Amino acid sequence: MPRALLPKHIISSLDLDRREVDTIFDMADEYEKKGRVSKELSGKVIALAFFEPSTRTKNSFESAVKRLGASTIGFSSSEGTSVEKGETIADTVRMLEGYSDMIIIRHKFDGTAKFASEVSHVPIINAGDGKHEHPTQSIIDLYTVRKIKGHIEGLNFCVLGDLKYGRAVNSLLRLLTKFKPGKVFLVSPQQLKLREEVKSTLNYPVIETSSLQDVIGETDVLYVTRIQKERFADEVEFEKVKESYKVDLKAVEMMKRDSIILHPLPRVNEIDRKVDKTPQAKYFYQASLGVQVRMAIIKYLFGGLK
Amino acid sequence: MSDKELLVTKIREGTVIDHIPAGRALAVLRVLGINGSEGYRVALVMNVESKKMVRKDIVKISGRTVDEKESNLITLIAPNATINIIKDYDVTKKMKMKVPSVIEGLLRCPNPSCITNNDPEAFTNFLTVSESPLLLKCSYCETIIDEMQVVKQVL
Repeated sequence: MPRALLPKHIISSLDLDRREVDTIFDMADEYEKKGRVSKELSGKVIALAFFEPSTRTKNSFESAVKRLGASTIGFSSSEGTSVEKGETIADTVRMLEGYSDMIIIRHKFDGTAKFASEVSHVPIINAGDGKHEHPTQSIIDLYTVRKIKGHIEGLNFCVLGDLKYGRAVNSLLRLLTKFKPGKVFLVSPQQLKLREEVKSTLNYPVIETSSLQDVIGETDVLYVTRIQKERFADEVEFEKVKESYKVDLKAVEMMKRDSIILHPLPRVNEIDRKVDKTPQAKYFYQASLGVQVRMAIIKYLFGGLK
Repeated sequence: MSDKELLVTKIREGTVIDHIPAGRALAVLRVLGINGSEGYRVALVMNVESKKMVRKDIVKISGRTVDEKESNLITLIAPNATINIIKDYDVTKKMKMKVPSVIEGLLRCPNPSCITNNDPEAFTNFLTVSESPLLLKCSYCETIIDEMQVVKQVL
């Protein structure tokens, strides 16, 4: 197939250029104005291949597909599918591409979406592959920032929590390479620092620290992620770090008045529930924007620029 | 016959790979897919004195030439090796070697969660991100491996 005719996939945040991200943001704004209802993709069928369980991502993609007038097929875990009978990922993708016009895929293995894109003749959207990437989440994240702050350039970002295994973090930091952020602070326990292979793909300097207190006052966007207990060999060690990465009212008091707190969710205990009522807490608003952004992403891959 | 002559006896047709880092001759043979069952006469010299390298390995293979792709793969474990193609006891070609930009299939991704370790159709594909020091990146999960990991895997 000639290059120009190959479908465009979204596997990594790095697959999109600035113009494309801005287009998706503008399209998401348009969908919001239209009440998030459109029939542009009527007759299309989109496969949701969720080999790994998901609540938010799957439901918001499903809602986005239906609001675009398309319908869905697929599954929400490997259970009960032919994968359980030993079918390879490649064969599952081949089957789905025959039945659908696009495949949205989530899998626990790193690199699955890229592999699927090499097998598939229809566009692939990566809805999370292991600890690798979750690009559509990062588009929602920065869309939220643009909605609230009006711009992304020059803002100081602080990314907090598990930076080693968090795929949303990787995608966010990579999407920020398309903008010119101010300072970017990475706050994590020593054992959960950002992996070198991700850091080496960034085009801006990062400031790594293990103390949130040191940087929270300078932060415009605080991006909180869950510190995953299962990553710690020693539970005592986890208990020690757990509290130091908790965003509570005391931490919010140290923040600028117009700063915002985002979280890709699900949240466990890393943000105190009392923080939910503060003006900085924007994580539920962020989640609510998921549908219009995913509508824009899907439509963009079907030729949104025309 | 001196020790030196014994070690560097000329071959009539084939390939001489010199200046291999000491101890990596077997890895070079692995890269070439030679395990002895092919029937080639192979001379393998390890840990001999070298002016440039102090100690080095040499591999001589009778009746087999090495192509450009194989030469490039050898740079992964023996970056300063020289490869000479021999005909009638003379060097007829000195292979120009270049670290390959893509390495398909030869290596394994050390990340157990990488798709290449979990689907029979997903073959490894590494991209060279740095030639010196050698750093290769898995094009699926982006795990980076260095020269020592490459040598360990090949051996």
